[in-house]
Amino acid sequence: MFRLEARTSTPAWFNLALPLVAIATTLILCSGLIAVTGAGVIEAYGVMLSASLGDSYAITETLVRAAPMIFTGLAVAIAFRAKFWNIGAEGQLLAGAVASCFVGAIPMPGYLAMLLMALAGAAAGALVALVPATLRVKFKVDDVVSSLLLNSVIYYALMALIEGPWKDTFSGYPISPPIEDSANFPVLIEGTRLHLGVVVALIAAPLCWFLIARTTLGFRIRVTGENPEAARYGGINVQRVLLSTALLSGALAGLAGVGEVGGVHFQVMSDISPGYGYSGIVVAMLARLNPLGVMPAAIFLAAVMTGAEAMSRATGVPAFLSDVIQGTALLAMLVALLFTAYRIRRVGASS
Amino acid sequence: MAGRPERGVQRSPPWLAGSQIQGAPLSAPLIEMRGITKSFGAVKANEAVDLSVAPGEILGLLGENGAGKTTLMNVLFGAYAPDAGEILVEGRAVAIHNSADALAAGIGMVHQHFHLAPRLTVLENLLIGIPGKSGRIDRAGGLARLKEIGRQHGLNLDPNLPVSALSVGEQQRLEIIKALFRGAKLLILDEPTAVLAPSEVDGLFAALRSMAAQGLGIIFISHKLNEVRALTHRCVVLRHGKIAGRVDHPASTTSAEMAKLMCGHEIVPPVKQASTPGASVLTLDGISTASHAGTPLREISLFVRAGEILGIAGVSGNGQRALADVISGMLAPKAGAMTIAGKAVAQFSPRELQALGLGRIPEDRMTTGLVTNLPLADSMVLPRIGTEAFSRRGLLNPTAIRAFAEAQIKAYDIRCPGPMVRAGALSGGNLQKALLARELAFDPKVLIVSQPTRGLDIGAARFIHEKFLAMRVKGCGIIVIGEDLEELLMLSDRIAVMYEGRIAGTLPSAHATVARLGLMMTGAEGHA
Repeated sequence: MFRLEARTSTPAWFNLALPLVAIATTLILCSGLIAVTGAGVIEAYGVMLSASLGDSYAITETLVRAAPMIFTGLAVAIAFRAKFWNIGAEGQLLAGAVASCFVGAIPMPGYLAMLLMALAGAAAGALVALVPATLRVKFKVDDVVSSLLLNSVIYYALMALIEGPWKDTFSGYPISPPIEDSANFPVLIEGTRLHLGVVVALIAAPLCWFLIARTTLGFRIRVTGENPEAARYGGINVQRVLLSTALLSGALAGLAGVGEVGGVHFQVMSDISPGYGYSGIVVAMLARLNPLGVMPAAIFLAAVMTGAEAMSRATGVPAFLSDVIQGTALLAMLVALLFTAYRIRRVGASS
Repeated sequence: MAGRPERGVQRSPPWLAGSQIQGAPLSAPLIEMRGITKSFGAVKANEAVDLSVAPGEILGLLGENGAGKTTLMNVLFGAYAPDAGEILVEGRAVAIHNSADALAAGIGMVHQHFHLAPRLTVLENLLIGIPGKSGRIDRAGGLARLKEIGRQHGLNLDPNLPVSALSVGEQQRLEIIKALFRGAKLLILDEPTAVLAPSEVDGLFAALRSMAAQGLGIIFISHKLNEVRALTHRCVVLRHGKIAGRVDHPASTTSAEMAKLMCGHEIVPPVKQASTPGASVLTLDGISTASHAGTPLREISLFVRAGEILGIAGVSGNGQRALADVISGMLAPKAGAMTIAGKAVAQFSPRELQALGLGRIPEDRMTTGLVTNLPLADSMVLPRIGTEAFSRRGLLNPTAIRAFAEAQIKAYDIRCPGPMVRAGALSGGNLQKALLARELAFDPKVLIVSQPTRGLDIGAARFIHEKFLAMRVKGCGIIVIGEDLEELLMLSDRIAVMYEGRIAGTLPSAHATVARLGLMMTGAEGHA
């Protein structure tokens, strides 16, 4: 018989070991699904690995996919640190995409356009995140529910826009008009899609770490998240911290949308995000809410997504496996987190 | 479960089991623990501890914080598996792996933190986990048993009240009833008086004596030596996980002798030096609060002078919490004025009050004072994180934060692995020292503290008292809100008694006695 016993402390190496254990468990569990389709497990994972990280082009593709998830992962990680349960990164991303696309379609010098796109996208995401945060602070509305439901509101508003007044007259498809060519983010390596936004994402992660670990705002976010009453007693304006966190989190998620518009799609369509906002939750949890951990976690999920398509082509295993891996990874991580608080002890054979 | 101990051939429902104790042979102890050893990593929390309780006996379990009392009781109650040693119930070795095994063996425990479902009624809480008749809850049977317990031990509660409507004392009574309801023959109480007002303590003791008289065994864990001397038949003293001594006649043993066993050295009461009070450093003038939480304040006026300790006595729930909240900036009054060192308070925010020179130590150090999941250093700098001392232009100064925490850890002898350890890993005494350090380091002109030594052992309490007295001599005005009258009498220069949100009267300590204060606390005597 086994039982859980409370831990008095958590060793530091757990921060690294837990996500790795969760990922390993996920891959083992999902190999069962691969086997069911009749493909070889080693072969399928092999194709996945080589197609996502096997050569320099594959790596750039993985990084391009990782960029939006780094932003949404940071958005979720920072929000969750303050225990502002922002499940709305998806909607904030879409709002950021729409706003930056509007700005990018206005003719102006390229770098000014890019800067304004980023500002507009961040502001739009921040405004969307402010809604559930304000509802919580003023009316004690559950932020999980309100931020989640707001995703649908934003999504269908976006659909209404591109099906209606904002429909691209040139193509006639339900997509927005493209941004100006001069506003397209510069590609950093010729022949790839590696754009400026990816670099910005890779820089954003350490900046967010610095914010959380080394600034008074970060301190207040951490303390408010862990113990709002002690925070209030200590003179922290808890409501203001929650609202600041929401603005920051929403802005980061909005930037994910900016990168997709400026660097990948150059316009807005209904499937501009294959759920990057939700993947951000998985990323943040795998990273244990540490902004530095967000980078490898996002790259892992991006590699799974990129690799899954190649695997599907090569072995016939449906690409949906990447969604299963994501979901399983989140569950595995949540279970793994149990071991930060408890240890398993073997108890004498009593039953 | 195969390892579960036999309970004889009882076929009656579990709540009828409690009345079987008379049958226990007097020769066999009710419970015997032999050679219990339990380690956590390198720390031996218990080492070869022997302990036994006879039917009808009240055993005191004494020891400083961290001496291993709670671990030992958790082993007995099945929360921890001992590394070595055995447990005998009525002479038979039993294996206790969880609380269900412990309950089946007739061991009931009342923890410091209650385990009740607040939205359920008293009766429903009692019936949790009790198998009903063919899938239905046996309310009638439960009600009958509850009445019987009430009659036997004078423990009465309205079965239909939700637990959230009960006072702390009543919730504790419910926990005791719950243990008896499940047929406990041995009742473990972990610092039961820490949460009670003096008047409630008397009621608890009467009930415990009645239970013992009817053959139950009781293990009473406490720091308060006068209580242990008044209640227990025999005491076991733990120190560093081992038995440091046994006291066979607690009533005729002095507190000093017991304290010496607990600490390993003599405890000398602190000396209160003469101090001439200066100008008033804190005044409240007609402060009233809205009635949103607990008892509101009604036109409270009081003052504290530099170099003076003002004690606030009262039965818990008479507005002490609101008073502490107003003075510490957690609650803005709806009427009245407050000044600190001559300056009027405008916003009643923690930051404003701190800037005016107020030091604050909250009643509940774990929930209000500290952030248990973050490093100790973070909690120690929390109230002043935005000041020059710890940050500049929004950027933290980690070196300064660490240096401050390290210096205070040293100065206050806070026992911990270092400033980066999780605050929650520290014992209550060390946490209180940390909270004291974070305020006193900034030389407050006024200090407000609530229940400063609740749950602390003698050594830690003594340390806290000395610090207060030293601050007083340095010219700090201190308000101590407390329920321990002896502590208030020892520390204070004047004592104000609160009753129903008002100050019922203020006495110089020289004229105050426990009896007189007790009378004022019931609202019987006003004395301005």
